[in-house]
Amino acid sequence: MTGAAAMDEFVVRALLAGGGIALLAGPLGSFVVWRRMAYFGDTLSHSALLGVTLGFLLGVNPMVGVMVVCVALALALVALQRRRTLAADTLLGILSHGSLSLGLVALAFLETLRIDLMAYLFGDILSVTDGDLMAIYGGGAVALAGLALLWRRLLAVTVDEDLARVEGMPVDALRLAFMLLIALVIAIAMKIVGILLITSLLIIPAAAARRFARTPETMAALASLIGVAAVFAGLMASLHWDLPGGPSVVVAAAALFLLGSLVPLRR
Amino acid sequence: MSIPRTSRDESPLFAGPLAWTEDLTVRFGRRTVLDRVNVAVQPGEVVTLIGPNGAGKTTLVRAVLGLVAPDGGRVLRRPNLRIGYMPQRLSVDQTLPLTVRRFLALWRPVTADRVEAALEEAGVTRLADSAVQTISGGEMQRVLLARALLGEPDLLVLDEPDQAVDVHGQAELFNRIAQVRQRRGCGVLLVSHDLHTVMARTDRVVCLNGHVCCSGRPEDVSRHPEYHALFGGHARDLAVYVHHHDHAHAEDGKVVSEHDGGCCHG
Repeated sequence: MTGAAAMDEFVVRALLAGGGIALLAGPLGSFVVWRRMAYFGDTLSHSALLGVTLGFLLGVNPMVGVMVVCVALALALVALQRRRTLAADTLLGILSHGSLSLGLVALAFLETLRIDLMAYLFGDILSVTDGDLMAIYGGGAVALAGLALLWRRLLAVTVDEDLARVEGMPVDALRLAFMLLIALVIAIAMKIVGILLITSLLIIPAAAARRFARTPETMAALASLIGVAAVFAGLMASLHWDLPGGPSVVVAAAALFLLGSLVPLRR
Repeated sequence: MSIPRTSRDESPLFAGPLAWTEDLTVRFGRRTVLDRVNVAVQPGEVVTLIGPNGAGKTTLVRAVLGLVAPDGGRVLRRPNLRIGYMPQRLSVDQTLPLTVRRFLALWRPVTADRVEAALEEAGVTRLADSAVQTISGGEMQRVLLARALLGEPDLLVLDEPDQAVDVHGQAELFNRIAQVRQRRGCGVLLVSHDLHTVMARTDRVVCLNGHVCCSGRPEDVSRHPEYHALFGGHARDLAVYVHHHDHAHAEDGKVVSEHDGGCCHG
């Protein structure tokens, strides 16, 4: 009986953690889709492993390390794009795989460090601690509040940067703020879904919501709902058939996307 | 909502132009796109930039808007000048669900009533609930006019508004802009390929080809030798010219003029 109770507690924590991340990923993921930044998100999350290593090296919280590396990478990307010698997708490919490999190499140097590499790459949703939950809901609340505050202006910048600039909006600061929000999401979601799968949790629910939305807000809210449904379905499947948690959630999200694209719409 | 009415005949509230350039020079790499250009827009005045492709018309407009930094000279504006910018075109990503009404409300905090008024002034009330991705180029131009009007502009800046619009749509858009100018007394700076529309509805024409070739009233400019050098020797009087999207040189029989010539347009 105690075994079953402990199991239930793991499940509840996993659901709370995954659900919280899915709620947050809805609106932020919608922006990733609108701004065509899926590959950018991937690049940032791939660099997260380097941030984890750096965190352990310097004796700080790995989440802080992830934030620092993500922001440094975002700034490096902006600087490289200014030179216009290589296309954005080439630059992203270089930074994405370069930073992921650098993270793996750096990890190998730290012989004394025992961290579960698989857990960071693919997530370990069933090992969520109370501290993780606090990070998810605390960090998530900060990220959502920031997004709500910038919502109209971020939409304007997404629609047309020149128009936003002429209207006196701080376009570069808004873009940087958005990158920071993405970095924050990656830092808090990393342990749950893993750095290789974070982007999918951002973009798949948003993409699934697109067909059913007529305003940006309904798309963001629907994306959150679809994300939460995917977390529940994926986790249940994972427990029932003893499947890996993170990938199960992503498969469930992809299934919901396919299901949604089959629903006929009256137009 | 109330803006002091000024026309060119009345003395404006403040003397002097709304926006002007002083020896504006812009270089892209080693190419000098604008060479010591001096242009000014007075309150209530319609100033039209014409010139061949690559003449720097768009760059000049972008410099006035503050989107391009000068490499030499200055761009000056009246303090607190409100600019309403209508870009050449605007395409919103298909993934972003956005109605025209919502699009208009993105740029500043506005009430629903003011959005309605702007929709009406630009003649696009019936499009209010359409998705921005589904409307035509001409309709989008008028939506962009409505957007610009919501900012209560002192100066309307239009970049080649005729590109995505058919001839009829162009004329209607220019009529709307003329009405807006009359009603609000704002200045207008526009870039145009369509010399016919330009000549009929503008106060001053600036003929640009890296530098200012000539400028003045449309009648005067059309008699200026440099204008003829740029737009072809055939343009004896008011040049009448039908715009084509491929920007081929005219002289293709589509020139609707009492004169037998078209104008050369690079």
